This record gives sequence, C-alpha cells and structure tokens, in this order.
Amino acid sequence: MSEAVEVKTLIIDDREVSGRRGQTILEVARENDIHIPTLCHLDGLSEVGACRLCLVEIKGNSKLLPACIATISEGMEVSTHTERLQKHRRTILELLFAERNHICSVCVANGNCELQALGQSQGLTHVRLPYRNPDLHVDASHERFTVDHNRCILCTRCVRVCAEIEGAHVWDVMGRGINSLVITDLNDPWGDSSCTRCGKCVQVCPTGALFDKSKVGAEHPKHPDFLPYLNMMREAQ
Amino acid sequence: MSKLKLATVWLDGCSGCHMSFLDMDERLLTLAELVDVVYSPIVDTKEFPHEVDIALVEGAVASIDDEKKIRKIRAHTKTLVAMGDCAVAGNVPSMRNPIGPQAILDRAYIENASAQPQIPCLVVPRLLPIVRPIHEFVKVDVFLPGCPPSADTFYAALTALVTGAPLDIPALTRFGA
Amino acid sequence: MTIEELEQIAKSVLQENAKCDYEVNVCMDLACASQGADLLREALVKATEASGKKVLVRRTGCMGPCSSGPLVRVDPEEILYRRVNAGHADAIVNSLGKEPVAGLQCDLSEHFDKQVRVVLENAGHIDPEKIDDYISRDGYKALLTALTEMTPNGVIHRITESGLRGRGGGGYPTGLKWGTVAKAGGDVKYVVCNGDEGDPGAFMDRSVMEGDPHRIIEGMTIAAYAVGASKGFIYVRAEYPVAVSRLTTALREARRRGLLGNNLCGTTFSFDVEIRLGAGAFVCGEETALIASIEGRRGTPKPRPPYPAVSGLWGKPTLINNVETYANIAPIVRNGGKWFFNMGSERSKGTKVFALTGKITNTGLVEVPMGIKLWEIIDVIGGGVPGGHKLKAIQTGGPSGGCIPADMMGLGVSYDALMAAGSIMGSGGMIVMDDTSCMVNVARFFIEFCMTESCGKCIPCRAGTAQMYTLLTRICEGTATMDDLSLLEDLCSTVKEASLCGLGQTAPNPVLSTLKYFRNEYMEHIEHKRCPAGVCNMKAHVEALA
Repeated sequence: MSEAVEVKTLIIDDREVSGRRGQTILEVARENDIHIPTLCHLDGLSEVGACRLCLVEIKGNSKLLPACIATISEGMEVSTHTERLQKHRRTILELLFAERNHICSVCVANGNCELQALGQSQGLTHVRLPYRNPDLHVDASHERFTVDHNRCILCTRCVRVCAEIEGAHVWDVMGRGINSLVITDLNDPWGDSSCTRCGKCVQVCPTGALFDKSKVGAEHPKHPDFLPYLNMMREAQ
Repeated sequence: MSKLKLATVWLDGCSGCHMSFLDMDERLLTLAELVDVVYSPIVDTKEFPHEVDIALVEGAVASIDDEKKIRKIRAHTKTLVAMGDCAVAGNVPSMRNPIGPQAILDRAYIENASAQPQIPCLVVPRLLPIVRPIHEFVKVDVFLPGCPPSADTFYAALTALVTGAPLDIPALTRFGA
Repeated sequence: MTIEELEQIAKSVLQENAKCDYEVNVCMDLACASQGADLLREALVKATEASGKKVLVRRTGCMGPCSSGPLVRVDPEEILYRRVNAGHADAIVNSLGKEPVAGLQCDLSEHFDKQVRVVLENAGHIDPEKIDDYISRDGYKALLTALTEMTPNGVIHRITESGLRGRGGGGYPTGLKWGTVAKAGGDVKYVVCNGDEGDPGAFMDRSVMEGDPHRIIEGMTIAAYAVGASKGFIYVRAEYPVAVSRLTTALREARRRGLLGNNLCGTTFSFDVEIRLGAGAFVCGEETALIASIEGRRGTPKPRPPYPAVSGLWGKPTLINNVETYANIAPIVRNGGKWFFNMGSERSKGTKVFALTGKITNTGLVEVPMGIKLWEIIDVIGGGVPGGHKLKAIQTGGPSGGCIPADMMGLGVSYDALMAAGSIMGSGGMIVMDDTSCMVNVARFFIEFCMTESCGKCIPCRAGTAQMYTLLTRICEGTATMDDLSLLEDLCSTVKEASLCGLGQTAPNPVLSTLKYFRNEYMEHIEHKRCPAGVCNMKAHVEALA
C-alpha cells in the first residue's frame, strides 16, 4: 500500500491554504499565488537559506524562518509581508547593493537582473549605507563566458548548479566573510579550469556576474527555468 | 498663486539627465505654467538663488567644488531631488573608487599626454578620494533613480511634486532604468 | 576493566604517593609554562634528589590564578607559592618540613574560598598525562557505574534531574538534548565534543582539555552509552597543540586500560573517539559549521531545523556538547542529579568556569557556583581593579555577549539574568574593563572580530558586520553623524534577526549593550568629537578641520 499523502492546513497572510507534509512554506505560498521574494533559491537546486530575503514570521516563534527551508505544519500561522520583514528585506538589499560595485547602467544584465528587479519591487530608491567600493577583478579568460566579481552577490547558484546538475563542481567559494569569492577549480582562471562549457552557471546567475560574451543588455535574458524540467526528466529515467 | 522656483544642477554626471529632462518636449510648456526655471545649465544665471523651491541635482559629488556646491544648494532649497543614478548612487563616476583618483589623473594627463604631461592643479578643482552620492553629504528629499530617468518619469515626478500629489517612485523607475 | 580493578589502581597510586612525605605540584599550564615552569620543575626534581627527602614533584594543569604564576603548591600543607622561578627550587625543597619560604608564599584564600570546584576539581592535583592519577581521584568510576548498574535511560534521567544546561553558551538543557538523540532512529549515531573555543580572552576549555583530559573522555563515553552512539569526535582547534597532545595521550591510555574500545566492561557497548583539528575559524564553534568541518567540507553553518540531534554528522543523529558540559557529567553520575541540582540558582544549576581577564588583579581561571553575584567575582575572587582605577563594565560571552555596567554588579550569575541584562552567559569569558576603556572602541573591537570571522554565507552577517564596522570607525574617528548612529541601530536589528546562524544573530550584542548602557559615550564622540576615556584619537576629525 502506498503511503497516504498527508495534508496540512495552515494560514499564510490571513488566507487558509493547504499543502502536503514536507512541503516548504515557499512552495505552498507559490502554489497559492502568494509572492515571497527570493534570491539564492532556484527551483531545481538545493536550498542554502543564505540570502535571507524569504524570511517569514511564524506566530508563536520569535525567530524569523527562511520560507525556502522551513516546512509547513498543521495550524501554522505565517506572515510574509509584515513591516518588520519588509524593513529587513530592504536593508538586506541595501547591503547587497553597497557590498560590491553594482553599476546597473553599464551592466550586461541591466533589465534582466534579479537584484535590480528586487530593489524596485521592494521600493528601494537609494542605498543609505556607505558604498564599500572593493577592488575586484574580471576574469575573461574563458572563450565564451566572463565572470565579473563586481556584480557577484555570492548566492552560490553557480556553485550548486555546477556540482548538483552538471556534476562538474568547477565552481566553489574561497575566502571568508566580506572577502569571499566564487572561484573556478582552485582559483585557476576560468579559461584554464576543468569547466565543461555547459553554460548552466551563466543561465542561473541572477545578476550580470556571469555572462555570455556574445550577448549584452536586452539580448541577455537568463533562462534558469530549464532546471526543474531537467530534474524531472532525469527522475523519469 | 506665484510659480514655484525650479533649479537644475549639473555636478559629476554626463548631462544625460538634463537631456532626458528636455525630452519632455511639449510637456515642458505645461510645466512652465507651474514653475519658473531660476537656475540651470540651460539658463544664464551665474549664482545659485537664495530661495529655491525644487532643485534637481544631476551627478555625483566627485570634487571639492561639487561638495561646496551641494552644501550651498541644500542651504537654499526646500525640496532637493537627486536626479539620476549618479546623484542617487554614484553610478559611472564612482567606478574610479576602487583605484582612486591618482590612477585616473595619471592615465589622462600623464600616460596619454603627447605634450607637456602634467596634472592640472590651478583652475580645476581637486578631486575627492571617493566619489559619493549626494545623500552622503546633505539630506535629500526625493530620489529619482535611472540612467537617465525617462522623460515620462520626470514629468510624473515633477507634476506630483508641484501639485503635492502622491508620488510612487519605484512604480516609475529603478536603478539603471 | 571492572570497578574492583579500578579501585585496585587507585589504591596502588595512593600507596605509591604515600611513600613520599611531600608533594610539590608545579602548574604547567600555558601562563605558567610561558614563564619558565618547565625549568622550575627540572630544578625542583634536581633539588629533591640532592636533598635526599622523599618528595613527589608533579606537573599539573591550571591551578587558577594565572597572573601569579608560575605557581607551586606544596602538599599536604597546601602552601601556595607564587611567581616562582628555577632559582627558588633549593629554598622550597629545604623548607619542606620547616617554615614556608618567606616572600614567595601567597595567601589567596579569599580568591579560593568563594569558589566551588566541580569541573576543575582535579586541576592542580593530577598529572594530566597519567591516567592512574585521574583514576586515583575517582576517575572512570562514573563510567563503570553507568555501564554496569544503569540503563541508558537511567543515565539520561540522572542528567535531566541535575538540571545541567549546555555550557557552550546557549544553555540548552543537556538532558533534553540527550533524550532527543537517544530517541532519534537509526543504528549509527555520533557524539561530538566541541572544543573549538574561540572567544577572545577565553581559555576555560583549553585548561580543562590540557589539565584533565580524561574527564572529557569519560563524559563523552557516558553520553555515548546514554544515546546509543559508538563513535565520538573531539573537535579541537589546531591552535591548542598542548591540548591536542594531552588528549591524544589520554585516548591512548584509555584504550590501553580498556576504557575505550570494543565491549567495554564486558558489556555490548563499544565506543571510541577520534580527534579532529579545526583550522581556526571561529564560526566552526557553531554546531552545524563544526559538523561541516568534521565532514571535510567548508566550515559554514546550515539553517536549523533540522537540528544535529536529528540529522547531524553525515546525516546521522549527533550529540554535540561543549567541553565543560562533558566535564560535568562524571561528577553528576557519581554524586547524583540531586547533588548537582542543589547547587546554583533557580534555573541555572551547578557551577560555571570563567576565564577572568582584563583590568583585574587576579587574572585567571575561576569556578563559581551559579547565582554568585558579579561583584563577588570581581571584588573578592578577582581582587578588584588594580592601579586605583574604577570598574566601568564587564563583558561576558565574548563577541556574542554584551557589556554589563559597574552599577549592575549586584546581578547573580545565571543564564536568564545575564540574558535579561543584554549579555549572555557564553562559554565563560569575562573581560573586566575600567575607566580607561572606551566602550565605543570596545564595541568596534568585537564587531571587527565578527566581521573577520564571518563565514560569508549569509548577507546580513557578511556585509552587515562590515558596514557596522565602518560606521563604528566613523564614530571612533569623530566623523560620524546622528544619521550614522541610526543606521547603525538599524543594522543591529537586521543582523540580529536575519542572520543565518548564532554568530551573526549575536554579533550586534556588544554594540546593543554598549548603546543601552553607555549611550552618552557614543553621543560624546558624535556631537562633541570627544572620547571620554581618551582612547580614540579623533584623527580623521582633526584632519577634516585642518
């Protein structure tokens, strides 16, 4: 006998919704057209809970929980857009914009950038924090792609897609704290690395940090939506 | 009702915001019924007036002269508007920040000079070590991001500011728009 | 190994010791060793040989008052000598049986009288490299009792009954944690000892690992029996080479004595322990980052739940406790939960070891019953602030803790009271500050620490601590505005509430607590460009005026 599907009923933003046991708050919210902002999350990749944008309030819990990881439970009362959460989201976005050199006007991803779009949707008109202006390099050694660390937000989507989907694990993170950097192999130039040239990392990168050399601006929308399909077909095999 | 006094200022920017401002075309005539332009790169006033209702500031603060100007403008302005990404966020002028002004001056006036390589120091104002958006120096009332903000953005924002109607900036524009 | 055999070993050690008329104990802990305790011990051995007296010269772990080191204690008279060097060896040996050496003897009875020693009961009394010394002081008795006379549930019940709470800082009830791991399904479970002590100014765990390593091994083995684990890891920072070598020796000796390995005491229970070295990342003291590090991955934390008790090392249920927590286990099993429960305050039981540092006369390691008033620790045990200066604040809990001002020294030490005061118990660092300390500068120091120790995974901690550091630097240099202060307060709230792990969530505490109690110092810096303590030089402000 197959295991019965266990249904949980909960409240998200004053709406009664239901989901299956084991589903995350984010999944159930999206199924019900409740929008929770995300940045490091991507359908088809493992969750790291690093960007903290999807934090939600749960009644009876003083801590904020990431909706991408926290699973639903019966009778749970979730708030996704309280003033407290919106304040934290804006501050987090400000921290991101001030951390590196995000010059939207000259970026290949201008108009197709998730960070830029989030800034707008969360009502950010300026950054109150002092810009850090770090001196970061651009690695254009790869024949097809470029990595511009000035635009990287360390969401580690590239790291995860390379390890989990492509199975190459070329990307990883080096350094600690504010000095962290995504690297290829053991900090070798991308062009000299063991990269398989599949280009998945470029497609999943939410900003203009990883880009295709042959495309700029409006011609460079990214298509990370291949992942769930790819995973589904692999499971079917 | 007397018309509001509008000033537009050009600090370290490319003048693109002013161009976009002019792109309002015939709508400028509508605006002209509501405001008087009392100071601007496109009018011939030398000194920033004593009392200004709305000042649109284009460009980041990059030199000691910019800093002096923005402080003076703030002192004489009721509503200060940061116009465009340079004023709001530093934008392209701030791209020199990671390497500092000396490297830029050397490249421009020494390495690439064919005759008399020297860094101008007499009339040209000294550069600040870091280019910064204007709100790091003075209080800014309204932020209009965009590179440049579109003519539609200008028209909607200015109309709202003049008439006191509500203004939802993120609905109009964003960084890099 | 049976209890009878254990008692036999203890007896023979005591008999052997009884052959000597005197015991000369030399503290060989880091502070004393760095001042020549090694040479002193050799000189003492030579002097005793020359004198023909029957003297046992023993190296021991930390005796406590480190600032008075090198320390020597002569037993059975319990005469304590301080600031001893090799040149004093002859005089000390000659004085045995006569009057103590004048000028060397010190009376620290006030320092010791208020202390209650449970975790440190053997410190200064045994040679940490001799398992028999440990056994002679009831060592491993608790383990054998547990294995032969108690069920795993019985052990957990006794720990729960004792009211012991985690000594790593969080204060989670230990019995509850053990119960969760015990109930978790699966054949493979792990027991981990967190010895990644990284708070600035804290050295409690190092002293226990170096001075009484078998106590930790015994505690871990009892824990493993209780939760059903057969493998343990001790995670120690590589910066503690002596601790690593003492633990390695201790593990080897325990195996040789049959106190680790297969079928302990003829039961079906098997357990062994491996040492894993940390590479010095502070965040690896956070349990999920520690697990990643043991597994060989980058030391970054993971969101909880799932908690390690359910899914830890390699996805298996894992019990993680701090060094001091394990050090409390054997005495609790030996003396009963009630005994422990009767010590301490209402919701914080037992004792706590503190590393007393900063502007205090008796710098060193102290163990006090929970509930003791802070002033008793500072003024009586610590001997007060030296140099005629005035106490300003104490800082507990390291970079995760906060500053408690001098007028709150009537506070009793407990998890809840310290938390309510805006600090935390932490792992036991206690830094004393006097009127020469600038509280803004202190806050900046701790934020700088958190900034460099942030792993970089989540944005609030990675970029937030860096921004806080920038803003605090502005305040210290006299260039900050009131806007900067409100930005700083905004950042505190986001970093505290939105960070992924404990490091980030507690990083703003030093700033928040100094803002709470010393806001006037911040205001002096910002409004009058003046540092009341005279620490910050306001250089940038002076330059800007010029």
